[in-house]
Amino acid sequence: MPNTILKYKTIIENVKTNSIYKFFKVFFTEVTLITKFTVNFFKTLFIPPYEFNELIKQCYIVGCKSLPLVGITGFIMGLVLTIQSRPTLAQFGAESWLPAMVGVSIVREIGPVITAIICAGKIGSSIGAELASMKVTEQIDAMEVSGINPFKYIVVTRILATTLMIPLLVIFSDAIALFGSFLAVNIKGDVSFILYFAKVFEKLNFIDLMPSLIKTIFFGFAIGLIGCYKGYNSDKGTQGVGASANSAVVMGSLLVFIIDMIAVQLTSLFTP
Amino acid sequence: MENVIEIEHLKKSFGNNQVLKDISLNLAKGENLVILGKSGTGKSVLIKCIVGLIKPDEGKLTALQKNILELNTKELNALRKKIGFLFQSAALYDSMSVKENLEFPLRDLKELKQDEINIKVIEALQNVGLEKAINKMPSELSGGMRKRIGLARTLILNPEIMLYDEPTTGLDPITSKEISSLILEMQKKFNTASIIITHDIECARITANRVIVLNDGTCYAEGTFKELEQSNDEKIKGFFI
Repeated sequence: MPNTILKYKTIIENVKTNSIYKFFKVFFTEVTLITKFTVNFFKTLFIPPYEFNELIKQCYIVGCKSLPLVGITGFIMGLVLTIQSRPTLAQFGAESWLPAMVGVSIVREIGPVITAIICAGKIGSSIGAELASMKVTEQIDAMEVSGINPFKYIVVTRILATTLMIPLLVIFSDAIALFGSFLAVNIKGDVSFILYFAKVFEKLNFIDLMPSLIKTIFFGFAIGLIGCYKGYNSDKGTQGVGASANSAVVMGSLLVFIIDMIAVQLTSLFTP
Repeated sequence: MENVIEIEHLKKSFGNNQVLKDISLNLAKGENLVILGKSGTGKSVLIKCIVGLIKPDEGKLTALQKNILELNTKELNALRKKIGFLFQSAALYDSMSVKENLEFPLRDLKELKQDEINIKVIEALQNVGLEKAINKMPSELSGGMRKRIGLARTLILNPEIMLYDEPTTGLDPITSKEISSLILEMQKKFNTASIIITHDIECARITANRVIVLNDGTCYAEGTFKELEQSNDEKIKGFFI
């Protein structure tokens, strides 16, 4: 009997040293901690006092300061997509479908995802690095000993700002992308502004617009949440700052794709 | 004299490393208590326990007649407003100007109007001799200036207790002396009780009413600066050479 127990103990020890076991242990620990962080966010969100001034400041940083990058990316996205799609459509004599096809592609999928990935890189890394350096330089501790809840002041405002601003950035990016597409169409043809956009909106309907807008709210929430989580829980030292910024981008981008996949599956349930 | 801080048999471990083995001390009202000790002896851990940033494993910790370990978050935050904490790095908020840094602890005092807040900010800056730095950003300040602003930020709430975590570390001897004199001046002006964590012997000489030497997670020796300076104990003598 003691030999059997020893044998099982050895098996358990071997499993524990296995790298797959370690991977799953780290993965589930991380999932648990992120879930706790999210619960803490919703608990703190509704408790006064509300940090409106800080929220507006963060909305400005997340929204206005990202406009040039998002705008340029959107413009290039629309331009390139149109130029690349045109020859294929021309082969089938379906060039007149170009505005509608580009419009649906940009509004339903490419606009939200590309903008969210750009934001995960720009905003997620900036939040992760900022919070991590605040932790390293004891600024978060200083807030706590002043009797101010740092989670409410720093985390809640930033997550709310990304949740509110990223849908607006996506709308802006979509509009610029469609304008870029209009210019690309006019490189080889002559289509009026009104005709082009009439063609785009002819094929766009509620089921194209709403789900893509709703999913961007989740993209924004995920980017803010992961950036804050990684920064707020960073290791001390400069290495911790770099690691937080890096993992905020990696995990934020990954979450954007996962949310997109779920959103597409859900949307397909309601479309013929 | 009335004690503002009472610590009994405080213990704290991080994993297998027991940093505080058995700490008992008290701080009287208006007194400057200097805690000397080598790096890694748990000096910073001790004062972080006092403000509730680190939870001790065992022991009793009373500040201003309140048992810190039994307070809820709201009560702890209310108590923290009566305890000032000057961090080793000064911990100024990088994204805020000096004025905003000083206004920040006052934000919960709804009865204060903006004019009154402005007056308090200017007074606090005058106390540390830096009223001209009001619109500067922390990145524009020198190490000594950052410490002074950090001190002004903690003193703006008129705390009854001040905790200084190595206030002169990283500063040149002249600025260190200025900061030490400032600590003494603040004690006299506001009658605050202070715990000063340091291994700068000049700072201890200027500021201390009483000195405790921490060694191996325990209070190794206690006395006035002069008494400990004359000690023949090798572990104590090491600090005074």
